[in-house]
Amino acid sequence: MAAVATINRWLLHPAAKPALFLLALWPLGLLVWGAATNTLGANPAEALIRGSGDWVLRFLCLTLLVTPLRVISGLSALARLRRMLGLFAFFYGVLHFLTYAWLDMGLDWSDIVADIPKRPFVLVGTLALLLMLALAATSFNRAIRTLGAARWQRLHRAVYAIVLLGLLHFFWMRAGKNDFGEWSIYAVIVAMLLGWRLWRAQKRRSARRLLTA
Amino acid sequence: MRHPPDHGFQHNVPSEITPRAIYQGRRRWLAQLASGALGGGLAGWAGREALAKVPAKGTALPGAKSMLAGAQASDRATPRNLATTYNNFYEFGTDKADPARNAHTLQTRPWRVAIEGAVNKPGVYNIEDLLKLSAMEERIYRMRCVEGWSMVIPWVGYSLSELIKRVEPTANAKYVEFHTLADAKTMPNLGSPVLDWPYVEGLRMDEALHPLTLLSFGMYGEVMPNQNGAPVRLVVPWKYGFKSAKSLVKIRFVEQQPKTAWVKAAEQEYGFYSNVNPKVSHPRWSQATERRLGEDGLFDRKRETLMFNGYEAQVASLYTGLDLRKNF
Repeated sequence: MAAVATINRWLLHPAAKPALFLLALWPLGLLVWGAATNTLGANPAEALIRGSGDWVLRFLCLTLLVTPLRVISGLSALARLRRMLGLFAFFYGVLHFLTYAWLDMGLDWSDIVADIPKRPFVLVGTLALLLMLALAATSFNRAIRTLGAARWQRLHRAVYAIVLLGLLHFFWMRAGKNDFGEWSIYAVIVAMLLGWRLWRAQKRRSARRLLTA
Repeated sequence: MRHPPDHGFQHNVPSEITPRAIYQGRRRWLAQLASGALGGGLAGWAGREALAKVPAKGTALPGAKSMLAGAQASDRATPRNLATTYNNFYEFGTDKADPARNAHTLQTRPWRVAIEGAVNKPGVYNIEDLLKLSAMEERIYRMRCVEGWSMVIPWVGYSLSELIKRVEPTANAKYVEFHTLADAKTMPNLGSPVLDWPYVEGLRMDEALHPLTLLSFGMYGEVMPNQNGAPVRLVVPWKYGFKSAKSLVKIRFVEQQPKTAWVKAAEQEYGFYSNVNPKVSHPRWSQATERRLGEDGLFDRKRETLMFNGYEAQVASLYTGLDLRKNF
């Protein structure tokens, strides 16, 4: 299709990555602007902690959308943007942790270390962040070569665990108020993104069985 | 307003108070400046924020300065625009900004409050009669939310005990139950399963009779804004904010401890007493500290939460012999 070819050409343009980079910094810009102009409402600390957390989930969903979108639409050039999306999920994750550590816990590290295991939802969020750290640390090309493609891919499948831990973190945070409206939107999106992969793996397995039979 | 550290909160002399027309004009001017100086979508966003902060026009409801011990907190009062735009009133939505956005639909006239249960004089009170029942007082209370933030609000009202005395509870009245309005036509979030509506709260009889327990009709010298629980609500300053039920339509005197909305929703997280207590953590967060909204800066350390929210001298005797860790 002509449209797909055109979009692929745009995605391959040297400016595509810098453009995405700036776009991905836009949420940070809004949060910083809000904090500087005091327009984040009565509780700016809460708005910053929650706002940065929202963007972790959003970037994780965007990262996981790349492969289905690429396969279904034929926009193969999307693949070159995936790493940046994943790294921005990690970036907002670090920001989320730092806002919590600073604005909520006053950078009192002994308090923070005590708080993490005490509250299951904080523990789960911390685990997800540590896993993201492992993926971010092995995100560059040389890491792929050093680990070998197969091992690297196995490691990076941890992204599925990360997004599920992230969802659980958000679920527990809202559980006290029985307020799952917003959570269920993310849950449905993640279910579709992971469901598509399960469906595809199943299809491949049965195709292979047909071949070997 | 002046806040000398040794005197605490003091009102200005009337001549120093900026007339409302002038400060609203200033805010309009700022909103216009914001929408003019910034381009595109940002202008609407900034302008909306600025407009949201213009306090809705309120009718004056003055109260004489209360002389009751503990009724004049020396803390700095929270700016009115924060106290009226950051609310937990789930009938109008679970986001803190929802009540200010949605509660304009609440019909506060006519309004009746039913007094039921173990009393000699049950009946239905019109809001006009409740407003006249006792002299209005202004009381400046700290308000500590179970979520870890706090405000300081000048309420207008009178002790709930004034009403209780008149309806003559019988010996069977061990607890008092408070029911919030549940009207699906005017409250957009009643379809949500967040809580089991109507919102029910409760106090032990001696807590309800404590003079600090306030039946409140207004704040900041004005009639109660809808989003803060118009036309009449409860304020119990030594308990977490959710104990202070809003928009009351029924007060019931009962023998058994009431099943309150939050206890029904999450028994392991919210107790019947819910006294502010820095030593008893919520299962998901510590209650040792709090953020005073509008006063503590973004990077300030949170302040220490006080036992019984600083009303220990007045209310601790209600709980002698009670295990506050078990009865959280």
